[in-house]
Amino acid sequence: MLADAVVKTTCAYCGVGCGIAATVTDAAARVVDIKGDITHPANFGRLCSKGSSLGETVSLEGRQLVPEINGQPVAWATATTKIASEFKRIRDQHGPDAIAFYVSGQLLTEDYYVANKLMKGFIGSANIDTNSRLCMSSAVAGYKRAFGADSVPASYEDFAHAELMVLVGSNTAWCHPIIFQRIKAIKAEKPNLKVVVIDPRETATHEIADLHLPIKSGGDVLLFNALLAELAERGAVDTLFTAAHCTGLEAAVASAKADRGDRATLAARLGIPADRLHTFFDWFTATERTLTMYSMGVNQSSAGTDKANAIINCHLATGRIGKPGAAPFSLTGQPNAMGGREAGGLANMLAAHMDLENPAHRERVQRFWGAPSIPQQPGLKAVDLFDAVHEGKVKAVWIMATNPVVSLPNADRVRAALEKCELVIVSDCIADTDTMRLAHIKLPALGWGEKDGTVTNSERRISRQRGLLPPPGEARPDWWALAAVAKAMGYAEAFAYDHPAQIFREHAALSAFENNAESGIRDFNIGLLAQLDNREYNALKPVQWPVTPDAPLGTERLFTDNRFYTPDGKARLVPLAYRAPVNALSADYPLVLNTGRIRDQWHTMTRSGLTPRLLQHIGEPFAEMHPDEAKNRGLTEGGLVRLSSRWGKAVARVQFSTGQQPGHVFMPMHWTGVLSRSGRVGAVVNPAVDPVSGQPENKHTPVAAERYPAAWHGYLLSRAPLALPAVDYAVAIRLDNGWRYELANDHVPDDWTGWATAWLQQPEGEVLEYQDVTRGIHRYAWIADSVLAALAFFGPEAELPPRAWLQSLLGKPVDALSRRALLSGKPADPEADVGRIICACFGVGEKTITRAIGQQNLKNVAEIGKCLKAGTNCGSCQPELKKLIPCEAIPA
Amino acid sequence: MNKARLVVIGNGMAGMRTVEELLKLAPDRYEITVIGREPYGNYNRIMLSPVLAGEKQFDDIVLHTPEWYKRHGIELVSGQTVVDIHRSRREVLTDGGLVFPYDRLLLATGSVPFIIPVPGHDHPSVVSFRDIQDVERMLSVTEHKRRVAVIGGGLLGLEAANGLLKRGVEVTVIHDVNCLMNRQLDSEAAHLLEQDLAARGMKFRLGAQTKQIVARDGEHLSHIEFKDGCLLETDLVIMAVGIRPNVALAKQAGLQVDKAILVNDTLQTFDPKIYAVGECVQHRGSLFGLVAPLYEQARVCATHLAEIGVSRYVQKATATTLKVSGVNLFSAGDFSGKDAEVIVLRDIAAGVYKRLFLKENKLVGAVLFGDTQDGSWYFDLIGRQANVAGLRDELLFGKREMADAC
Repeated sequence: MLADAVVKTTCAYCGVGCGIAATVTDAAARVVDIKGDITHPANFGRLCSKGSSLGETVSLEGRQLVPEINGQPVAWATATTKIASEFKRIRDQHGPDAIAFYVSGQLLTEDYYVANKLMKGFIGSANIDTNSRLCMSSAVAGYKRAFGADSVPASYEDFAHAELMVLVGSNTAWCHPIIFQRIKAIKAEKPNLKVVVIDPRETATHEIADLHLPIKSGGDVLLFNALLAELAERGAVDTLFTAAHCTGLEAAVASAKADRGDRATLAARLGIPADRLHTFFDWFTATERTLTMYSMGVNQSSAGTDKANAIINCHLATGRIGKPGAAPFSLTGQPNAMGGREAGGLANMLAAHMDLENPAHRERVQRFWGAPSIPQQPGLKAVDLFDAVHEGKVKAVWIMATNPVVSLPNADRVRAALEKCELVIVSDCIADTDTMRLAHIKLPALGWGEKDGTVTNSERRISRQRGLLPPPGEARPDWWALAAVAKAMGYAEAFAYDHPAQIFREHAALSAFENNAESGIRDFNIGLLAQLDNREYNALKPVQWPVTPDAPLGTERLFTDNRFYTPDGKARLVPLAYRAPVNALSADYPLVLNTGRIRDQWHTMTRSGLTPRLLQHIGEPFAEMHPDEAKNRGLTEGGLVRLSSRWGKAVARVQFSTGQQPGHVFMPMHWTGVLSRSGRVGAVVNPAVDPVSGQPENKHTPVAAERYPAAWHGYLLSRAPLALPAVDYAVAIRLDNGWRYELANDHVPDDWTGWATAWLQQPEGEVLEYQDVTRGIHRYAWIADSVLAALAFFGPEAELPPRAWLQSLLGKPVDALSRRALLSGKPADPEADVGRIICACFGVGEKTITRAIGQQNLKNVAEIGKCLKAGTNCGSCQPELKKLIPCEAIPA
Repeated sequence: MNKARLVVIGNGMAGMRTVEELLKLAPDRYEITVIGREPYGNYNRIMLSPVLAGEKQFDDIVLHTPEWYKRHGIELVSGQTVVDIHRSRREVLTDGGLVFPYDRLLLATGSVPFIIPVPGHDHPSVVSFRDIQDVERMLSVTEHKRRVAVIGGGLLGLEAANGLLKRGVEVTVIHDVNCLMNRQLDSEAAHLLEQDLAARGMKFRLGAQTKQIVARDGEHLSHIEFKDGCLLETDLVIMAVGIRPNVALAKQAGLQVDKAILVNDTLQTFDPKIYAVGECVQHRGSLFGLVAPLYEQARVCATHLAEIGVSRYVQKATATTLKVSGVNLFSAGDFSGKDAEVIVLRDIAAGVYKRLFLKENKLVGAVLFGDTQDGSWYFDLIGRQANVAGLRDELLFGKREMADAC
């Protein structure tokens, strides 16, 4: 590869699946320049703050570079032989179901394919599940119930055709920023496009909403049942379509009407103002080209599958499917959640969209693989899988590219399960994660930028992810490690892979294998790609499946022929009844805890947490609450709250937001035990799951919220990373030039200087100190070789001097003026304080922006962009920029 | 028309400041006579140490030249000492036999250096540090003598020691407690000061009590012997252990004297015709050794002499600085730390130490070492008894920051 050649690859983050044009400018120093790929149909060159920062995540800092057994580095052969012999022993003693894989939507399709093949075909258990279970398994189950297959009907191209977009349980602005930007751009050009946002929270996505329905948490089935009843009563059902292509309409409408009950109380039961509800019904009734998009607010629910079907019911009843701009469209969370689905990476799937329960499918796949056996029963789904580990039924678990100790509900129980598990194998590129800490065998995986294979995005588009840098150390692809174990178990013939293209061809061939009218047509078919040679595979352009001789360039939209993948070819409306979330609120736990993503972070931050500018917008785990609710509970903005449920506790920074309903708390999912002492919200989340999909109810956990009784608050800046100290609240935040630690505890150390010094591990150089003992204020700065090496501020209040200026000094020479002002926390030059970072892409702070607005009389977001560049890359900070403009609210 | 007659005893800073203030208020009220023991005009005594250090010449520190007196019609009687005050006749008598009648008398007799009466204290090579003659003696002696011991680690002693150090002499400061300037500094600042001065070459014997000064002969010293038996060879001893108010004349005149001449809030003595200002007075139990209160007394006293007086002398916190170039040191107010809340800033490597003392949200004391640029601000806050609750977090970082915050 030429040093400066542009490599087209895909983003590591969300399910939008943006194309990236990467240039390795210095391979030895691992310097990679990241730009959006203007030719990629998912993003046409745009990237969000996370994607733009990928170049900052490819360093070797913190990487796992060698296999380890019980902390000792070993050769790969030793590790894979050991795993193989342990698997065989455990299978012999306890049967194949004593072994499990827990994999990830971060894996490439090729990794997924090999993992699934090894587990289901050769180890002989279906105990392989994935973190996609937490993400879109309800959407999968909903599609399968309605269409007979996991078929996402629509494309991003449909945004341009839609006249009504309904976003359900989706903070698109933060979680799928490029889709949001795309919709926003279309909306600007197309005034008749209406956007409805259905979400208990008012989020950044409301910027484009014409109508917001602040639905009560978990009420989606009732809402869409009411909509279905309304459609039926208003004569909006497409009876020709339903008669010819659907079954179950009457039963579904009857259930919907029964569920809706008294119309007068409906709005109140939903928590939606009546006029807004009826506007929604009117718009939906009137608009043929309706696109309903949904993500975690629908999926992460004990009624997630029903919610998906309640939405799909309305689309089927009105025939709004298979047409431009009309579809129920699930937006997936992860870069390759879809690829995992295609390869059968869930415990209740087989492979290539075939079903484990179907004997014909089992027989077909077994024959194709030449496998000794294929289990007849579905395996354990994520939550059940770790319960089985806890109960000792699963003796060995291999976790790949995911961090379940953080991300699963009831996460403390997951930790306890792994602590007592006989054999924990973890493949990861990062050496220190909450889960890696519990591994007996650690395997060094490739990171983004080294991986080579394919991923599939939310719109069924298969794209190549290409290696930019050579594998570091002993790191190897996950498929390679899986195949090595398979070979060591005696399955060399079936796992003789040495290039991902081989695996891809096999995967493509299986998708087309006996996929015909005679044996039954399956939706997932990329048979044409089975012909690719290695060179063609390397050059593969993004393409939407199915890819068949009939559709050699891929398929933009499914169901245009109104044929579905059920035995009778008809889509099914499902009769549904609203069910409340499993765990009800109580006097002890009176608030609804909702979890989700924030704009600039990804999952458990093992990657996005490496990028300082992504931590500048929000650096700490927070609990967002309505100001009235918070004040009633004695909470103050910026103070700390302890959230507790029947399952666990967390401590987070209180944020006021009128976008939250009273009675609700939102806490982000990202913070781990590595980066925080008590910010792991997974520990609090209830383990209730959807009965069909097994997806956990992350959006509804009853919790209590009380003021955390901090005796002191503090922060420490250090050039070198430190271990988190033993205090109740501690968060590590990476900076460009070091680390910041936010701290609080409920008792004061006897000797501040001693405590701080011990934690910093004998800081060298000169120390500056400031003490106001009566008020409990203690501040220190350490200067070594006339450079600011570390700094610590402690005080009784949550409000401490601003960090931005001090952080800018870290690692820099301190002049006399700054030295004098250092422990005041206020710069000698007021302009030196840029304030809280608003635009993460360009690192533009609030104070810089407000100064520029004032001094240069900037009138709108565009002018700010021109002046400071803020908001001109991913655009996701634009709502916040808008708020900073004093007269923006007043129309001209 | 005959003017009233004002006689001023003492041609020093307090007396002459009073005259100056008086001339501003009532230039024609009095015929003024100033009687001074020293054969000079009035000079700025607190600038003696820069003269000793060679940083200034005597001419630089003269406040009032003989011409100044002439120009203002003031009779200056220098080189004479008043030996008696006849209060009933309202006359003073000098050792030169001159008699001056007065309508108002101002006593500004100042103080005399205290000499510890150890054996050998009366040797000619044992000198005090009080006036220009002392400076001249030190300078003449150090031309050929290389070792000097300064007894007294207070303000005056350190300034003398520094001046001599600058003249290339080996100087040892002897102090009976372990902290230098213990009346003006807390122990931490004292320690920093000691380190700073030591780095300049000053030597110290702290916690050392002098037993005797041993002479080689009538002209030369041999050494100092301490109570613990240690010896320190020296050619010159400077006593700078404090001052005693000069009250002999007042006592003799039958004025009320305790440790010094008692005055009321208008600086009037027991005899309503007689006022007193400066180091020789005792006001509400306090004695005075710094220049700021002297000037304030002069201002108040002058208004009463001008008979437009309604103001009263109110003691204010005093501030101390050490005139050693390169050493920034400031203290003001009450820094005993008793019942006070303390805020400290230390940047020892940069030689900065600041400690503020607060009571009930008011600043009551400040000790600054190394960075004294906010001393006057603190002094003002202490003086005004300003409520500083809102400034508390900013106080130690200086007034400039405050301006930004406003």
